[in-house]
Amino acid sequence: MTIAEKILAAKSGRSSVTPGEIVEAYPDLVMSHTATWRSAGVMQRVGATKLYDPDRLAIVLDHISPAKTEKYAADQQTSRNFARKNGVTKFYDVDAGIAHLVLMEAGHVVPGDLIVGTDSHCTIYGSLGALGTGIGYTEVASVWITGKLWLKVPESVRIVLEGRFPAGVYAKDLMLHLIGRLGADGCSYKSVEFYGGSAADLNVSERMTMTNLAMEMGVKCAFFPPDAKTAEYLRDKLSDPARYHPVYADPEAAYEQEIPVDISKLEPMVACPHEVENTKPIGEVAGTHIDQAFLGSCANAKYEDLVVAAGILKGRRIHPGVRMIVTPGSKKIMLEAMNSGVLQTLLESGGMVTNPGCGACAGDGGTLSDGEVCLSTANRNFIGRMGSNKSQIYLSSPATLAASAIRGAIADPREFLNR
Amino acid sequence: MRAKIQGRVYKFGDNINSDIIIPGRYLIYVDRERLAQHAFEMLGEGFPDKLRSFDILVAGRNFGCGSAREQAATAIQGLGIKAVVAASFARTFYRNAINDGLPIVECPALAAAVKEGDEIEIDLEAGKILFSGREFVFPRMPDSVRKILELGGLAEYLKSQLEQQSNAT
Ligand code: SF4
Repeated sequence: MTIAEKILAAKSGRSSVTPGEIVEAYPDLVMSHTATWRSAGVMQRVGATKLYDPDRLAIVLDHISPAKTEKYAADQQTSRNFARKNGVTKFYDVDAGIAHLVLMEAGHVVPGDLIVGTDSHCTIYGSLGALGTGIGYTEVASVWITGKLWLKVPESVRIVLEGRFPAGVYAKDLMLHLIGRLGADGCSYKSVEFYGGSAADLNVSERMTMTNLAMEMGVKCAFFPPDAKTAEYLRDKLSDPARYHPVYADPEAAYEQEIPVDISKLEPMVACPHEVENTKPIGEVAGTHIDQAFLGSCANAKYEDLVVAAGILKGRRIHPGVRMIVTPGSKKIMLEAMNSGVLQTLLESGGMVTNPGCGACAGDGGTLSDGEVCLSTANRNFIGRMGSNKSQIYLSSPATLAASAIRGAIADPREFLNR
Repeated sequence: MRAKIQGRVYKFGDNINSDIIIPGRYLIYVDRERLAQHAFEMLGEGFPDKLRSFDILVAGRNFGCGSAREQAATAIQGLGIKAVVAASFARTFYRNAINDGLPIVECPALAAAVKEGDEIEIDLEAGKILFSGREFVFPRMPDSVRKILELGGLAEYLKSQLEQQSNAT
């Protein structure tokens, strides 16, 4: 069996499953973010009063945080009260950061676990070898009450990475390349497993970027098989080290497809408006004027991402025509960046730093007006996602973002690497 | 949910994402009517009102991709749309539609055959769509899933389950 098959079998009490089958699985963790109040409303509407297991809930208030209107404030209060009343201990308030990153930092994401949540980018939990997938708020309420949900066992695809990234090329570029090549539904309903010598070389932060972006080719879930780097990342984070139970594919596991990628041949990539699959090599879009640069989101606002951007921005000034908004992914990341001087570099170069959370990625602040162009390190450039439907969003790596903020137009980060 | 759904088709292309169906800033709403007022407004002048005179949405590949927001299905229902047929759906939208009580059908051949204004009839029970004298078949949904649709969505389904439980004890 593949990793997804093994996890789904284990969580539905079966010895084996095959793709296409529908199983009733019991998730280890149910994540809900800003949508929590809606699920709480469903629970009330259907007349349920008891949770299946409060320890399986995790709640993080990340979108639109802190509240910007009374309506948001009231909804957040509903979520807070729900957590308190039901004894949900894995509760993180508006100061913590983006749910996905907060849960991984807190050690709530364990290899081999099944995690569902009110967010499509739950696929990111596969960076640590857990099966993460998104569901709606009504279904979250259903899992809260019953402890289970039906899931179809997906076909699995192997993506085999070989070679090393050339200078200036990052995990984000690799994913934009793959999404462009395979399409927004290139891996629809599938489970993707990343292998190859290069996959083993990638650090956990890069794996997070990749399993997060994998959603943009339609995956149900995506995995890096756990290894020494996974164990190292989780070493001080798990409350109970015995919870570390990595799941690997069997040698004879059946894959629908194998896709080889030589990453040494890649270039910096940019996704152009208004679809992520609309990707182009940097050379074809360099020179495109930008008004705003957003360094944020669960895809690329980890400490390592801020370090890459700061490396290029150090001792330089961003273009006077650009607003650079830096939104660290979590409070922990922000603290680390503060202590290491990375935040200072970003501020001194002309950027502004906001509180951790989804920020402009969720349309909270950094709103674009008609005709404006934003380069963003997030994972989606859909029409109107950051404001006006006459604005445009391009997506890139943090390095390309930093280089472009300096130029005032989309720029090749490789021109800034040799000082 | 009626077993047969009949009506006029509005036609979309590929990759209609859930940010287009309902932009993030309206997720503060959960009721159909409020959401419907802003559904598809990203598409510009005339939307969403234009869609209210149609009964069934037909789309190309990957309808509902992107965000897992359930309100995408709710907003479509608010427009008075009775079903969505597409060449393929993104998995989160597929689940949300069922959980919201919105009938949805994957049928690439029908999606390729129709254009705006065409009349079709979907027979969920039989697993086929009638269009200009032709029959387009699609795989029937598993009974468990049809049950959720029949009751009008997952919340109603849960409610009936909980009521059954409390009656039994
Ligand atoms: S950062 Fe953006 S993509 Fe990530 S969870 Fe928040 S809104 Fe969604």
